Amino acid sequence: MPTALGRAAALALLGALLAFPLVFTLPYPRDVMIRIFLYAMLATAWNVLAGYCGQISLGHAVFFGTGAYASTLLAKQDWLGVWASPWLGMLLGAALAVLLSQVIGYPVFRLRGHYFAIATIAVGEIVQTLVINWDGVGGARGLFVAIKRPDSLINLQFHESKQTYYYIALALLVLALAINQWIVRSRAGFYFRAIREDQDAAAALGVPVARYKLRAMAVSAGLTAVGGTFYAQYVFFIDPESVLPLSLSILICLVAVLGGVGTLWGPLIGAAVLVPLSEVTRIQLGGTGKALDLVVYGLLIMIISVIQPGGIMALFQRGLRR
Amino acid sequence: MTAEVLLQGIVSGLLMGLVYALIAAGLSLIFGLMEIVNFAHGEFLMVAMFASYWAWALWRLDPLVSLPLTVCLLFVLGVATYWGLIRWILDAPMLAQIFATFGLAVFLRSAAQALWGVDFLVVRNPLVEGRISLGGLFLGLPQLVASAGALLAFGALHWFISRTETGLALQATAQDRQAASLMGIDTQRMFALGWGIGAACLGVAGALLSLFFYVFPDVGATFSLLAYVAVALGGFGNVPGTLVAGVVVGLVEVLGGLLIAPALKYAVVFTIYLVVVLWRPQGLFGRF
Repeated sequence: MPTALGRAAALALLGALLAFPLVFTLPYPRDVMIRIFLYAMLATAWNVLAGYCGQISLGHAVFFGTGAYASTLLAKQDWLGVWASPWLGMLLGAALAVLLSQVIGYPVFRLRGHYFAIATIAVGEIVQTLVINWDGVGGARGLFVAIKRPDSLINLQFHESKQTYYYIALALLVLALAINQWIVRSRAGFYFRAIREDQDAAAALGVPVARYKLRAMAVSAGLTAVGGTFYAQYVFFIDPESVLPLSLSILICLVAVLGGVGTLWGPLIGAAVLVPLSEVTRIQLGGTGKALDLVVYGLLIMIISVIQPGGIMALFQRGLRR
Repeated sequence: MTAEVLLQGIVSGLLMGLVYALIAAGLSLIFGLMEIVNFAHGEFLMVAMFASYWAWALWRLDPLVSLPLTVCLLFVLGVATYWGLIRWILDAPMLAQIFATFGLAVFLRSAAQALWGVDFLVVRNPLVEGRISLGGLFLGLPQLVASAGALLAFGALHWFISRTETGLALQATAQDRQAASLMGIDTQRMFALGWGIGAACLGVAGALLSLFFYVFPDVGATFSLLAYVAVALGGFGNVPGTLVAGVVVGLVEVLGGLLIAPALKYAVVFTIYLVVVLWRPQGLFGRF
């Protein structure tokens, strides 16, 4: 894609997204967009580790949960005054997630391929089980985010309108995409792709494989935690079933896989397709208690994996080359 | 804690571990053959358990009586999965393979929910029930039958793979696809057969489990997670290794529950697994 054209298209898209809440004033379309941004951001974060560095993690819910729990627990400390702000919680959560990612990554990165993927599932299951049984953080009952009125940016709570949430989610997505693009063009980005293509060859050429895998994991985990904090402040309730399950880890990579792994726009495209699709099937078929929406969802995942394993981006790229 | 409780725990863990081993064996066989992890493995088990349940509910056939039917059904399901889905993604990237089988898992689970609801179903008055007392130890009869059946099936599987001509052809295909096809082995047929046998293992396990376990659409989730652990622990593709690994998983589960806390037993299983694979990344008996 010619760069000038691509940049113009990106700016036009950004403009359209900025204008969206001015046209659509009802909460529902804004809510769908907010969730597209959130999942696109999470998938972008996952993509840094899995798409560029080739380490397929199926345990990213751990970092999402870290962000959600860190800010929610911090916000409960009323004696801290303004220092209990979820924005600080977001930073704290990201820092904790980075730390956690290094503790997990240091041993687990010795494993490759399927072994790595299954080890990350195991880590996710361990963390979820521990949190379920940890009464200090609400255990299986979960935590409510304390409602604070009136709406304020410092408390990251908006009860009157979804507009501010919309712009915050959009800003977080742009931040994630910018970090992604900055890394891809840096030395680290080249190292990541070298590791993905052939770890042994990269090591033979002098790429510090272990260190750069850990760096990819750190960026990925920190960004995922930021998404977790946003989720907690948006939904106001978190529990191990909603912020730490394996199904969330899988959903995050499903979004990226659907759009196109290892591409800048893949995660956004994946989220823009998957979120409305699951809304449509849920509205049309859900509500009967028969899970028919999930039957369709499962069928679609199978069909996409078979006919377009490279994701939607591969379809575009093929079209452009023609 | 007395020695009796500990001994009772060890025996129960051993019995359950044999069933885990059989579940993991099917997964390991498929992985060894074509390096694909079947993320719908737990859902195959669920289908087998529902088959046993309906054979009982509709025709009053005990799960042990209908076991051959269940095995045949699962064999067909495995072969159909290969021809309908897996064949198309043999050379696809690992992520596409993960999601193809994951999509199948979602499909099967929600289809079961749509057809049969989410209630916990039980087979009442099975042929074997109750328990026997053996020198102070209590052994549930269904569990005993299940583990004996699992061991038998495991033996049959091992015999088939290592002693019959078709089994050797399977092994050859697992070792080197191209060389095998040059030797006149129809690798496509071998792959389909591998999926059939892998699923048939679950037919046995599901029928045996339905003697004493609830049947519901999500039943496969826990079993399949334990099976992944057992497979990685035993070494991917190493079928005999999964026997030991399955028993280890069963023992750790029970002992972790007894010695640490029942609620944390799966955390203990996964932790032990992590410790082992970090020490031996290829698993206990893996080749690499």
